[in-house]
Amino acid sequence: MSPVVEACALEKRYADFVAVAGIDFQIAPGECFGFLGPNGAGKTSTMRMLQSVSLPSAGTLRVLGMDPRHDGKRIRTRLGVCPQADNLDPDLPVIDNLLVYGSYFPQARAVTARRADELLEFVALGDKKNHAIPELSGGMKRRLVIARALINEPELLLLDEPTTGLDPQARHLIWTKLRELRARGVTMVLTTHYMDEAERLCDRLVIMDGGKILAQDSPRALIDAHVGQEVFELGASAAEARDFLAGLDLCGASHEHTGDLLAVFLSAKHQLSERLIERARGAGSRYLLRNATLEDVFLKLTGRELDE
Amino acid sequence: MTASTSFLHGAARVAGRNLTVWRRYAAASALGNFGEPLLYLIALGYGLGRVVPPIDGLSYAEFLAPALIVSTVMYTATFEGTFGAYTRLTTQGTFEAILATPVTISEIVTGEILWGGLKSAFGATVVLVVVRAFGLVPSWLALGVLPLGFLAGAMFYAMALCMTALSKSYEFFNYYFTLLVAPMYLFSGVFFPLEGAPPWAHRLAQVLPLTHVVAVSRALVRGQPSWHTVGHAAVVLGCAAAAMALAARLLRRRLQI
Ligand SMILES: Nc1ncnc2c1ncn2[C@@H]1O[C@H](COP(=O)(O)OP(=O)(O)OP(=O)(O)O)[C@@H](O)[C@H]1O
Ligand SMILES: [Mg+2]
Repeated sequence: MSPVVEACALEKRYADFVAVAGIDFQIAPGECFGFLGPNGAGKTSTMRMLQSVSLPSAGTLRVLGMDPRHDGKRIRTRLGVCPQADNLDPDLPVIDNLLVYGSYFPQARAVTARRADELLEFVALGDKKNHAIPELSGGMKRRLVIARALINEPELLLLDEPTTGLDPQARHLIWTKLRELRARGVTMVLTTHYMDEAERLCDRLVIMDGGKILAQDSPRALIDAHVGQEVFELGASAAEARDFLAGLDLCGASHEHTGDLLAVFLSAKHQLSERLIERARGAGSRYLLRNATLEDVFLKLTGRELDE
Repeated sequence: MTASTSFLHGAARVAGRNLTVWRRYAAASALGNFGEPLLYLIALGYGLGRVVPPIDGLSYAEFLAPALIVSTVMYTATFEGTFGAYTRLTTQGTFEAILATPVTISEIVTGEILWGGLKSAFGATVVLVVVRAFGLVPSWLALGVLPLGFLAGAMFYAMALCMTALSKSYEFFNYYFTLLVAPMYLFSGVFFPLEGAPPWAHRLAQVLPLTHVVAVSRALVRGQPSWHTVGHAAVVLGCAAAAMALAARLLRRRLQI
C-alpha cells in the first residue's frame, strides 16, 4: 500500500530561521505515527505543513498521494486537524461549533447534523450541546476539538499535543477515543511531550530536536536500541558515583550521571542488576531498579538540560 | 463525497459563519444602527436645522438624511472589518481554524468582504426605514441605497481588512480612525454641501471614497439621478475592486506562514 504521508528532505524556514531542517519519514495507512520533541523542536511546523496550509520551504511532501502546493483544498477535504492551541469558536455554542465547521466541507447539512450528534456522544459531551464554549473545562474543550476534527470522517487525523494540560482522567478518556479511531483504520499523526502517551498510542515515532530527526522506530525498538531493558538508578553525587563505579566491571553497559542521580542502563545480557543492588545496599545508598522507558531514550537523545 | 468545494461555497460559508454569530446579537446590532442616526437626525437635522438656511431648496434634515444612511454604512463596515475581523484573525483563531478545512485564504477574504457588504446593507436598511418614517424619502429610487450600501460596505470593509492585515494590536486602529475615518465622516459632504467650498477643499474631498457614496445616495433618495451619479458609482466600484485586491494580498501575506 502506498504511504499516506511521504516526506523527503522536508524543510521549513521562517525568514532565515530554520525550524525544520530536512527530515524524512513515511506514514503507512492505519498507522499511528508520533512526533516527540522538546519545545521548539519543529513539531508544529511539521504538522502545519502536513495540514497543507504552511508550504514547505524545500524538499518534497506528499499527503494522501497529493502535493500540498497544488492540491491543498483536496487534501484538507480528507483531513482532520486538532491544533495545538484551542481555536473553538467562542461566539457559538457547542453544537454550532460542529455544524458551522462541518459546513466548510463538501457534505450535506443533514449528514453534518447527524455526525455532530454522534460525535458529541462519542466524546461524552452529549449533555453539553447548548453550552457556551467558555463554560467548558480544558478537557471538554479538547474533546470538542477532537470531535470537530472528525466531522468530515477524515482518513488522516493530525493531533498536535492532544492532551497537554489535561488531568489523568481526561487524558485516559482521550486515549481511549483515539485507540477506537485507530481500530477503525484512521491514520493518525500525533505530537506530544508525554512519553507514556507516545508509548501507549504510537506504532512508530520519531524523536525530533532542533528541526532534525534523531531517531525513528517503534517505541519498543527505540528503548531496546538506545537504553536496554532496565535502568538502575542511584542517588549519588558525582564523587559518590565515581566511588560506586570504581572497580566495577559494567560489561559494556552505559551509564550517565546528572545532578544527584547515577543511571546505569541494563540489558539482560549484562546480568549486572544483582551486583549493583548488593553494592548499593552495602553502601547504604538509595537506589531503584526499574523498566526502561521512552523517557530514557528521549533524555538520552535530546539531553537533560533545558536549551531554550 | 464530492471531490471538493467550489470557491463560492467556501466564501458563502465564511459569510454564513458570521451571519450565524450575528443572528444571536441581531437585536443589539439593529439598535446601534437605528439609535445613532436617529439621535443625529434629531439633534442636527431638526435642532441645528432650525437655524440653517435651506440648501438647494432642501431643509437641513432633508439634506442630512441620505448621507446618514451611508455614513452608517461606513462605520458599520469599518468597525466590523477592524475590531471584528482582527479578533477572528488573532485572539479567536477563527481564520486559523477555517484554514484546516477545504476553505482557502482567498475564500476567507471574499466571504469576509461579502459579510461586510451584507451587514452594511442591513444597517442602511434600518436607517432608511427611520428617515422614511420622518418623511424624508421622496422617491422610490431610494431603495437603490440597499445595493449601494452593499457595495460601499464591501469597499469600506475591504479597506478596514487591509488595516487588520497590517495591525499588530487593537491600538493600531486608532491611526486609521483618527487619520482617515473621522476626516472622511466630516469632510465628504455629509454635514455641509461641497459645492461652494474653496476649490482646493472641493478637490480634496474627491479623494475621499465616502464623498462619492454620499453623492450617489443623495441622488437616489431625492430621485434625481444623472450622469454624474453614474460617474460617482463607477468611482465607488473602482475603489471597492482596488481595496479588495489589496486586502486579499495583505491577508494572504499575514496568514500564509
Ligand atoms: N511563524 C513563525 N515565525 C517565526 N518563527 C517561528 C514561527 N513558528 C515557529 N517558529 C519557530 O520555529 C521553531 C519551531 O517551532 P514549532 O512551533 O514548530 O515547535 P514545536 O516543536 O511545536 O514546539 P512546542 O512543543 O513548544 O509546541 C521555534 O523555534 C519557533 O520559535
Ligand atoms: Mg508545537
